[in-house]
Amino acid sequence: MSIDPDVVTLSRLQFALTALYHFLFVPLTLGLVWMLAIMESVYVMTGREVWKRMVQFWGVLFGINFAMGVATGITMEFQFGMNWAYYAHYVGDVFGTPLAIEGLMAFFLEGTLVGVFFMGWERTSRVQHLLVTWFLALATSLSALWILIANAWMQHPVGAKFNPETMRMEVTSFSEVFFNPVAQAKFVHTVSAGYVMGAMFVLSISAWYLLRGRNTDFAKRSMTVAASFGLAAALSVVVLGDESGYAVSENQKMKMAAIEAMWETETPPASFTLFGIPDIKDRTTHLAVRVPWLMGLIGTRSIDTPIPGINNLVEDTKGKIGNGIQAYDAMLTLRANRDDAQAKATLAEYDTDLGYALLLKRYVADPRQATPEQIQQAADSTIPNVPVLFWSFRIMVACGMYFIALFAFSFWQASKRRLDAHRWYLKLALWSLPLPWIAAELGWIVAEYGRQPWAIEGILPTALGVSSVTAGQVWTSLGGFVLFYTALAVIDAVLMVKYARKGPDGLGIWSTSDITAADAALRRN
Amino acid sequence: MFDITTLRVIWWALLGILLIGFAIMDGFDFGVAALLRVLGRNDEERLVLLETIEPTWEGNQVWFVLGGGATFAAWPTLYAVSFSGMYLAIALVLLAFILRPVSFNFRGKVQNSRWRDLWDWVLVLSGVVVMLISGVAFGNLFLGLPFQFDGDLRMSWHGSFFELLHPYALLAGLVSLSMLLTHGACWVAYRADQTIALRAARLARWMSLIYAVLFVAAGIWLAYGIPGYAIVGPVITDGASNPLFKQVAMGGSWFASYMLYPWFWAAPTVGILGAMGVQWMVGKHGLGGFIASSTMIAGTILAAGFSLFPFLMPSSLDPRSSLSVWDTSSSHGTLELMLGAVVVFLPLIILYTSWVYRVMRGRITLEHVRHSHSNY
Repeated sequence: MSIDPDVVTLSRLQFALTALYHFLFVPLTLGLVWMLAIMESVYVMTGREVWKRMVQFWGVLFGINFAMGVATGITMEFQFGMNWAYYAHYVGDVFGTPLAIEGLMAFFLEGTLVGVFFMGWERTSRVQHLLVTWFLALATSLSALWILIANAWMQHPVGAKFNPETMRMEVTSFSEVFFNPVAQAKFVHTVSAGYVMGAMFVLSISAWYLLRGRNTDFAKRSMTVAASFGLAAALSVVVLGDESGYAVSENQKMKMAAIEAMWETETPPASFTLFGIPDIKDRTTHLAVRVPWLMGLIGTRSIDTPIPGINNLVEDTKGKIGNGIQAYDAMLTLRANRDDAQAKATLAEYDTDLGYALLLKRYVADPRQATPEQIQQAADSTIPNVPVLFWSFRIMVACGMYFIALFAFSFWQASKRRLDAHRWYLKLALWSLPLPWIAAELGWIVAEYGRQPWAIEGILPTALGVSSVTAGQVWTSLGGFVLFYTALAVIDAVLMVKYARKGPDGLGIWSTSDITAADAALRRN
Repeated sequence: MFDITTLRVIWWALLGILLIGFAIMDGFDFGVAALLRVLGRNDEERLVLLETIEPTWEGNQVWFVLGGGATFAAWPTLYAVSFSGMYLAIALVLLAFILRPVSFNFRGKVQNSRWRDLWDWVLVLSGVVVMLISGVAFGNLFLGLPFQFDGDLRMSWHGSFFELLHPYALLAGLVSLSMLLTHGACWVAYRADQTIALRAARLARWMSLIYAVLFVAAGIWLAYGIPGYAIVGPVITDGASNPLFKQVAMGGSWFASYMLYPWFWAAPTVGILGAMGVQWMVGKHGLGGFIASSTMIAGTILAAGFSLFPFLMPSSLDPRSSLSVWDTSSSHGTLELMLGAVVVFLPLIILYTSWVYRVMRGRITLEHVRHSHSNY
C-alpha cells in the first residue's frame, strides 16, 4: 500500500504543533509546583501565615496552567494511535510501556491529589496538606521521567529486537530501556529547564509588584525563593545539558554534526563554531567563527577522538542501507517460508540495519529494486535541517547562560536584602519572562526536529509511521486543534494576566493587617 | 512466571477492569456534567453539582488516560487500529476531553453569567458526546469494522465516520448514555443538597428503567439480527501476535461463548439486577444507589466483552484480519512486566483515591456554596 505524502506532512505538522503547545504548560507546572512545596514547607516549619498565602496565590496561577497542561497532554497520548498507527503497531511493545507506567505511577497520583491541594485546606491538617503538595511535586517530576524514558528510546533505541513474525520491535531488556543513558541526561536537563521556568515566572511577576510598589513583602519573599531555586536549576540545566550533548555525540552522531554544522571530520580535537551561516546546498558554513579544541573536548571529553562530519556519516549510511536491503530480503523470504534457516541467519546478522532499507520506501516500493541514485537520495535524506538546528541550539545555549547570570545576580541581591534597590534590575527580571519558553521550545526543536528523518533513530523512518487516514481527515483534526488551541491560548493568557494583575491583595488572599495580626498571635503563643 | 496464553487472558481481564474503572469513576463525572442544566436550575444549584465532582474529577479522568496507555502497551495493534480507524469519532472524544479540564477551571474565573453559561454548556456537551460515542464505538465492534492488514501488518480502513452510525450502534450509544446518566444522577442523589438530591433520585429511577429496556432490546437484536464471528480451524492461543495467521468465519452467533461457558450469563444478569437496585435504593440508602449503578455498569461491560470473546475487534472487510485475544497482544516480556506494574500500583491508587474521597466526603449544601470562596 502506498503512503500519501500529504498525510505524512500534515501528521508531522499536527504532532509538532500539539507537542510544542503542550510544552508551553508542562515545564511551568514542573517548576512552579516545587516552589509551592518549598513555600508551604516554610509555612509549616515557621507557622507564619504569609507563607501559606503565598502558596495560595501562586497556586491560583498554577491551577490555570495545570488545567491547560492536562487538557493538551491527553492529545499527546492519543495522537500516536490516531495519526501514527503504524508507529504504534511497530514499537508499541516497547514504547507503550513507559507511557502506561507513567499513568500508573505518576499521573494517577498527580490527578488525584491536585483536588485536595486546591480544595482541601480546611479538611486536612497542616502536615497532611504539606504532604499532598510534596507528593504532587514528586508525581509531576516522575511523570516527566517516564515520558522522557519513552522519548529517549526514540533517540537511542536500546533493549529491543525486530521480530519478523509479528512485524514489529519487541523488548529484549527492560532494564536497558529504563536505564537508557540518554533518558537520564534528558530527564535532569528537561526538569531543570522546567524549574528555571517556574523560578522565572515567580521572579518576573514579583518584580512587577515591586516596580508598582504593591505587595512588597510578599513579592520579596517570593523572589528570594525564586532566586535560590532558579540559580540551582539554571546551573543544573547547563551542566546536564552538557551531559545530554555528550550522550548525543555518542548515540546520534548525525544530530550532533548537524547542530555544529560540521560537514567534514576534523582532526581532533574539533573546533566549536561560535557563529556561521550554514549552507545546505554547498555543504559548507560561511563566515564561520571557530573556537579551536572546544567541540572535541565537550563532545568526546578527550583530545584524540574524532567527531565524524556530515559527509562521512552519509557515506557510512550507504553501507547500512546495503545491509538493510539484505535484511529486508531475508524478512520477505521468511514471510513466504517461516522456517527458512538461511534467511533467519541473514536477518539475525543485519536486522539492526533493517530500518535503513525502509528509508528507501519513500523512493521505491520495493527497496530491493533500488538504484544507486535512490540509495544516494536515501542516504542524503538522513541529514537534518542544519541551519535550523545550528541556530536553535545556539539561541537555547545563550538563554541558558543568561539565566545563570540573572539568577546569580538575583541571589546576591536577595542575600543582601536589596531586591528593590535597582529599578533596572526589576525591569530586566520582568522582561526576561518569555525567555525560558523560547529556550524550552527551541530545545524541543533541536531534539525532535534533529531526529528526522527517523521516528525511531535507525529503526523506523517517520514517513512510514503514519496511519492509513486521508489528508482530509488530518486537515479536519488539524483545523480543530488550531481553532480550539488558539481560543484556549487567548483565554489562558487573559486569565493569567488578569489574576497576576489582581495580585494577592486584589484577590483578598493577602493584606498586611491580616498577616501582622496572624503573626502577632503566633508570637504570643 | 505465566505462559503467554495465561498472560493474554489476564490482560483481557485487565482491559475489562480498566474499562469498567473508567466507566464507573469517570462515568459519574460525565453524567453529572451532562445533567448540569437539567438538575441545576440556577447558578447556585449548578455550583453544588459541580462541587460534588470538582475535587476528584481530575483523578477519575486518569482512568481514561491509563486506559489509552495500557492498551498501547499491552494491545498495541488494537490501540493502533481502533484509534486511527474511527479517526473522527476519536477526535470528537478527544476534543471533549480537552475542553473539560479548562471548563472546570475557567468557569469560576470571571464573574459573568454568560461566561458561566458558556462553560456549563461545554461541560454538558462534552459529557453527552463522550457517553454516546463510547457506546456507538462498542456497538460497532459487534457489527465488525471495515479494515484489513497487508503483509507488513499495515492496516487500511475502508469506511467513513457516518458508516459508524448504524442503527444498532446508535442503540448501543443510547444504552451507554442512559446507563451513565443513571450513574451520574445516583451520585448527585448521594452527594448534593437534599432539594437537588430528590430531583436526581427521581431521574435515576426513570433512567435506569430506560437503560434496562434498551439493554435487553440490544441483547435480543444481537441474538437474532447480527451475525457473530468465529475462529475456524485450530485455535492457537500461544502463537505469534499476527492476526493474519488465523482463519475466521462470519455467520455464527455472538452468544456462542455464552453457550460454551454458561456462567457468562451472570454478567447481563448483574447488569439488570443493578438497574433494579437503583430503583430500590437510590435516595434512600446512602451510597446504595451509587453502588447499584456501578454494578449495573460492570455487568453491562462484562456482558459485551464476554460476548465478543475471543475477539477484541472483528473485521467485516477481511474477517481474517480480525483482532483477537490470541493475536493482538504485546510480547511475553511486556505483558509480564506490565502485569507486575499493575499489581504494585493499582492497590496504591485505590488506597490514596479512597483517602481523597474520605477527606472530601459529605453532602454539598446550598448553604455551603453561598459561603465558600474556592480559588480553584
